[in-house]
Amino acid sequence: MLRHIVRRLLLAIPTLLAVFTIIFLLVRVAPGDPAVAVLGDRASAETVAALREKMGINEPLWKQYVDFLGGLAQGDLGRSLISQKPVGEQILFVLPYTLELTFAAIVIGLALGVPTGVITALRRNKPVDYLGRIFSLVGLSFPAFYLGILLMFFLAVKLNVFPAVGAADFSQPLKNLHYLVLPALTLGLIETAYIARMTRSVMLSVLADDYVRTARAKGLKESSVLIGHALRAAMIPVVSLIGIFAISLIGSSVLVEEVFARPGLGKLMVGATKQKDYTTLQSIMVVYALIIVIINLLTDLVYTFIDPRLRYD
Amino acid sequence: MAQAQARPAAHATPTRDPFGAKPIVSERRRALRSFTRNRTAVVGVVLILAIVLIAVFAPVVAPYDPLAQSVRDRLQPPSAAHPLGLDDKGRDILSRVIYGARIALQVGIFSVVLGGAAGTAIGIVAGYVGGKVESALMRLTDVLLAFPDLITGLLVLAVLGPGLWKMIVAIALTIAPRFARIAYGPTLTIAKKEYVEAARSIGVRDGRILTRHILPNIAGDLLVFASLWTASAIRLEASLSFIGLGVPLPTPTWGQMIREGVVHLTVVPLYSLGPGIALLITVLAFNLVGDGFRDALDPKSRT
Repeated sequence: MLRHIVRRLLLAIPTLLAVFTIIFLLVRVAPGDPAVAVLGDRASAETVAALREKMGINEPLWKQYVDFLGGLAQGDLGRSLISQKPVGEQILFVLPYTLELTFAAIVIGLALGVPTGVITALRRNKPVDYLGRIFSLVGLSFPAFYLGILLMFFLAVKLNVFPAVGAADFSQPLKNLHYLVLPALTLGLIETAYIARMTRSVMLSVLADDYVRTARAKGLKESSVLIGHALRAAMIPVVSLIGIFAISLIGSSVLVEEVFARPGLGKLMVGATKQKDYTTLQSIMVVYALIIVIINLLTDLVYTFIDPRLRYD
Repeated sequence: MAQAQARPAAHATPTRDPFGAKPIVSERRRALRSFTRNRTAVVGVVLILAIVLIAVFAPVVAPYDPLAQSVRDRLQPPSAAHPLGLDDKGRDILSRVIYGARIALQVGIFSVVLGGAAGTAIGIVAGYVGGKVESALMRLTDVLLAFPDLITGLLVLAVLGPGLWKMIVAIALTIAPRFARIAYGPTLTIAKKEYVEAARSIGVRDGRILTRHILPNIAGDLLVFASLWTASAIRLEASLSFIGLGVPLPTPTWGQMIREGVVHLTVVPLYSLGPGIALLITVLAFNLVGDGFRDALDPKSRT
């Protein structure tokens, strides 16, 4: 087990290096002088030159690259081009909000999506199935930000049950959760559509399998056939996809944080993009890459754990 | 009697198998028939046609000039003259929604054509050539695939700056690695088939093998993927415009309108909700068609 984890971790290193290099180069080819971006067009040539020197962008590209990687190796994400504050601190402050949102959305998606998928599979081509499939298709087509606005309009503006915008910090857990409901529901409902669709199709193929027929022929109760045999096998691909869902949710969280004015990695990234704060942008991308690698690693481990056919050693 | 004679005429095109009763129907014809019998897919096609017509004839269909401002009448709720109301600069929201279809379709179609062509080329070349080219191309593809589409799009747009074609390029770049993946797998299997080997042995050039033998065999998968990704590209464009990046003002885009309308949700709800409905219907239409293609081309769904 430990060997497997170490092997996977080592395999992730070249991928991460490639990602970091692409990010580094992409940010360097961006048009415009970052020093001018900070100081404004009317700054004198000397001030600009001095700031360029201070930012380290007068150095040759390879030296900047080595410094960038060296900093990362020491856990240093650099300083914001605009505010000159350490980017790492800012990211650590907002990261829990994004993780909390993503986690809640997955819980909602599984809690609603798996039962919907199972029921629609069992009632194939019945009214319930059609309803569930229409719901899924509409859910798949719903832009996350638009669903967020609809929920905000009905539940916050019209009914005033939940706060429309903002977030509460973690020292007030109840208030924090109250603010979390609408953003989490937005992402969770869209996730529900994906998970329901996926569960339905896996369930349909499992129900047609021989061992399900055998279990029925043995005279097992229908409930234990469904839960003990069919659902258990159907869950393997669904669980393995949770990682992929989590990654796509981290993408959509950018929009939801924007709609509900919630602090988070996505909101930070949008702010950095608009201010042309390229060092912050670069560090956020590094953090995204790390999160994605960790999620992939976890998925891989869970997968080998739940699928008996894949036990290593 | 007349009826009995009329029946074979309906099936005149497919030839009959001399040893059995089953008519032989070409694969393409069978897929097409299965597609046109799929009610939801047909609804999707009709919706897309309607949206395309509205976009092309926007100057005729739209009741007002989408850019004409009238600050005195700003933020008017819906009325007979302005069914969706007026926005924060006194522009007719309905007309802006209609013109917004132009940007949505342009970005959706061009980014998929561009990204799809580039990605497919990468995928089939990697799968056919193999070796170092293969590992380099697919490594790069995997790195690009690691990030959610929105984040890649956001980063590329941050570097490129605003503009319609930059938006198209940004979305095409997020789409290309996905097409590369889809094209790569089947190419690997097809490249090892006897008929490809045979073609090569009689001296057919690689370029011709790729376009004549490999591409037609993965065209079905690509078609399904292209329609589903057009839906996603339109959603991505709206998302990036919603964030405030992309096509510069005052060109009406659905995402930008939804963003502007959020603050006026209580006064003119349709300012945000109107373009949102247009966006939702458009994305849904392309998804319906993509699903229809998939069902029609999937050998497992045959009845």
